[in-house]
Amino acid sequence: MARRVHIKDHHAEARLFARRAGLAALAATLALGAVAARLVQLQVLDHERYSTLSRENRVRLVPLPPPRGLIFDRNGVPVAENRPAYRLELVPEEITDLEGTLARLARIVDLRPLDIERFRALAARKPPFEAIPLRLRLSEAEAARFAVHRHEFPGVDITVRPARRYPAGPLLAHVLGYVARIDADDLEALDPVQYRGTSHVGKLGIERAYEPALHGQVGMQQVEVNAQGRALRVLERTPPRPGRSLWLSIDLRLQRVAQDALGEANGAVVAIDPRTGEVLALVSAPAYDPNLFVDGIDPDTYRALAHDPDRPLFNRALRGRYPPGSTIKPFMALAGLEYELIGPHTTRYCPGWFMLPIGERRYRDWKRDGHGVTDLRKAIAESCDVYFYDLAVRLGIDRIHGFLARFGFGAGTGLDVAEEAAGLLPSRAWKRRARGQPWFPGETVITGIGQGYLLVTPMELAAATATLATRGRRQRPHLVRAMAEPGAPPHPLAFAPVEPVRLARPDRWEAVVHAMEAVVHGRHGTARGIADAPYRIAGKTGTAQVFGLAEDQEYDPQTLAERLRDHALFIAFAPADAPRIAVAVIVENGGSGGAVAAPVARKVMDAWLLRDRAAQEEAGRGGGA
Amino acid sequence: MNGGRAGLLGPDETLARRRPGLLARAHLDLPLLAGLTAVAGLGLVVLYSAAGERMEVVARQLVRLGIGFGVMVAAAQVPPAALRRWAPWLYGLGVVLLAAVMTVGETGKGAQRWLDLGLVRFQPSELMKLALPLVVAWHLADAHLPPDARRVLAAAAAIAVPVTLIALQPDLGTALVVGAAGFFALFLAGLRWRWLAGLGLAAAAGAPALWHFMHDYQRARVLTFLDPERDPLGAGYHIIQSKIAIGSGGLFGKGWLHGTQAHLEFLPERATDFIFAVLGEEFGLTGTVTLLALYLFLVLRGLHIAARAQDTFARLTAGAVSLTFLVYAFVNTGMVTGLLPVVGLPLPLVSYGGTSLVTMMAGFGILMSVHTHRKLLSPS
Repeated sequence: MARRVHIKDHHAEARLFARRAGLAALAATLALGAVAARLVQLQVLDHERYSTLSRENRVRLVPLPPPRGLIFDRNGVPVAENRPAYRLELVPEEITDLEGTLARLARIVDLRPLDIERFRALAARKPPFEAIPLRLRLSEAEAARFAVHRHEFPGVDITVRPARRYPAGPLLAHVLGYVARIDADDLEALDPVQYRGTSHVGKLGIERAYEPALHGQVGMQQVEVNAQGRALRVLERTPPRPGRSLWLSIDLRLQRVAQDALGEANGAVVAIDPRTGEVLALVSAPAYDPNLFVDGIDPDTYRALAHDPDRPLFNRALRGRYPPGSTIKPFMALAGLEYELIGPHTTRYCPGWFMLPIGERRYRDWKRDGHGVTDLRKAIAESCDVYFYDLAVRLGIDRIHGFLARFGFGAGTGLDVAEEAAGLLPSRAWKRRARGQPWFPGETVITGIGQGYLLVTPMELAAATATLATRGRRQRPHLVRAMAEPGAPPHPLAFAPVEPVRLARPDRWEAVVHAMEAVVHGRHGTARGIADAPYRIAGKTGTAQVFGLAEDQEYDPQTLAERLRDHALFIAFAPADAPRIAVAVIVENGGSGGAVAAPVARKVMDAWLLRDRAAQEEAGRGGGA
Repeated sequence: MNGGRAGLLGPDETLARRRPGLLARAHLDLPLLAGLTAVAGLGLVVLYSAAGERMEVVARQLVRLGIGFGVMVAAAQVPPAALRRWAPWLYGLGVVLLAAVMTVGETGKGAQRWLDLGLVRFQPSELMKLALPLVVAWHLADAHLPPDARRVLAAAAAIAVPVTLIALQPDLGTALVVGAAGFFALFLAGLRWRWLAGLGLAAAAGAPALWHFMHDYQRARVLTFLDPERDPLGAGYHIIQSKIAIGSGGLFGKGWLHGTQAHLEFLPERATDFIFAVLGEEFGLTGTVTLLALYLFLVLRGLHIAARAQDTFARLTAGAVSLTFLVYAFVNTGMVTGLLPVVGLPLPLVSYGGTSLVTMMAGFGILMSVHTHRKLLSPS
């Protein structure tokens, strides 16, 4: 066969082909013979085993979704629970006139086109004997009305299923987030076995961050089915393992106090226990009702929320980035002390304006005529701008950046929910990267009073205030303080410690804290309006410009639209010598920090520190009524 | 061996030569026709059960089979010489259309396979299943056999182009069938064994590269083939359920319409790719081996026709078409019984639908044409 042929030899080629065709025939026989041998193995040798398996195949596995873990506030008040929801279900097979039934149902319960659309889409996919939900959550009244007319609707029934409910409504919306129906994007990320049968998943806030803990483990039920696949009886049951319950560090009463203190204003309040990092209250106003999202928000309501100019869906406390204004001054003062550019008693004369050695521009103080001779205590208590313009220039942006970074500015606090944003702590490198420009000396000047590029989130500001309160010890802020396995007592959660801020001499902390006490308790303090508290408060007011004024322009609140008015800020901790609470307050377009934001913080601190006294008063009033 | 087969099929040969009957004048081959009818008939019976006793499904399949038989009869009228003239044009058209699918094709199930021609959607890869063996046969028709290196390399290139285009769609099952069809023509032409070994090594070396280009679902199929228990509720489910269906059928099966696996909807794709499992469950080993025997009969008859053909082109074409049919039968039954990975190939003439049915019947038409257009003066 390897012989070379020069003339086409038809007979030789026919023989060659016949040999190859013979081989192919043999291969065909062997291949199909192999399948036949396999069939003998399956159908004769292993028949017994497969017969058994086939019989067992009449058994179907039905997933049992685990009940979601509950969430309580720090005092055990339930803030996320599973309440029975009345589900209206139809079994298409048992309904002769589907259109008529839908039309008559619409007279008894509220049926939106969306409900019917969803029902039809599901009905097209599922076998006709399976119950298909038409409405997921009937009101009590609707359920009662249907119960009366039930005999008129064969194949229609109400089932009761647990559904997520947030009793506190908007009050905790920006803390808890919400669960909503699993969508296509979620499916990519979720374990298909564990989520077999689960309809909802945490989308935001605690519900999202603690999803693995809250979800629990799916159970399975073996159901015997008949030839049509209809369930006959339950053979075996592995119950689901419910999700773990969470205890928030949030105190619902304090949360309400903070919310009420803000009133109608937009803004944020964050209160932290500086000793532990527990977030006691976290308010972002306005908020929304998370219950709306659980079973799918209707498009009109959603549009209204999304386009509301007050932006209720926006989490100001965690994602709002504001200029810190004068609330940055205590931190600048610490930097000045640490680099020994200032002492507690060194002074600087404030003429009401500041100028760089080079350049024409005058940087004005908020007090037109100036503060005169100013030491550290006066500079903070009366919020002298010139003192800090001068200090900032002497520190330089590099040292400012390095020192403020140690307090966590510009990096987020590592809070235990995912959506926290970081503020902006500018540096030369940042400006080169983001703006393609070098850093200008004038930008350092205004950074000294918390203007310019510097931006902080209320959460960052509160955490940094807590660090002032503890004189440098830093705890990672967290919203959840304890977790419990189903049926077990709660155990506290441990959070990784954060690098503390260490100063060369601890008395530098006290110098700044004393100055902050003077803000509230001093004769000229900018927050002296809240000085009548039965405990010592260390605080700092701030006013953040929403837009810049030209050098010679006067700020006239009357002529400015409300949205362009300054933001009012206030940070504080109390009691000043042994702090149990640190607060950051931002009132958007509130104007003056001392007049608007400080009273909000005072109410929160009162509620926390004078809890027992308030409770007694409450009890007294309640008894009298 | 040759003698044995001649003995088996001899009587009808002599019959046809002596008396050119109605069938011969219509260019049809009685053994093939009988075998195809038997398989299609058995297929309809199984389909009725697999489709949940819905007559309309069987009726639709009957229409498809009617079209298929019509195409077969039409193809049988085309003399091999005409096919030989058309071969390069058909191949060129196929490659152009495949390239068109890559750019403007419609995506179905995440893969581009269809070309929308307005009224009908057309799969160029189907055309290629016939055009590729035809063009390889055309290319080797006048060559000295066994082919020399230049011819083999040219043929290999002709095979590689459409196979690559189809694999990129990606449609691995069809790429496999098309590649096999071209390879069979080359093999039957007497491809030297050392070349064959070289091709095998090249394929083995190319496997990791192929793995790299595979979609996740394709990798999952290979992994599931290696270990079906890996994912009993997901990808391995098909194989496990079909093995249970077949195994529980035993020697004689549970009886027509009495397959619990199929009727309880445990068996996925039971009317299409996994219909062999329904046959196994309801008719047992008797049914499955009968079908395998029918397939083997059709393949052997096709090879016999090829061996008796009078020129190289007809021989190679007929042989390649027969062996391609074997690939369908073997890959599908091998997959359903868990011998081979899950590759989406239908059970020939039995699976519901299947665009490949028409192509397959056209192939049988070519076989009949080759057999009935012989010049009678040829000595046998």
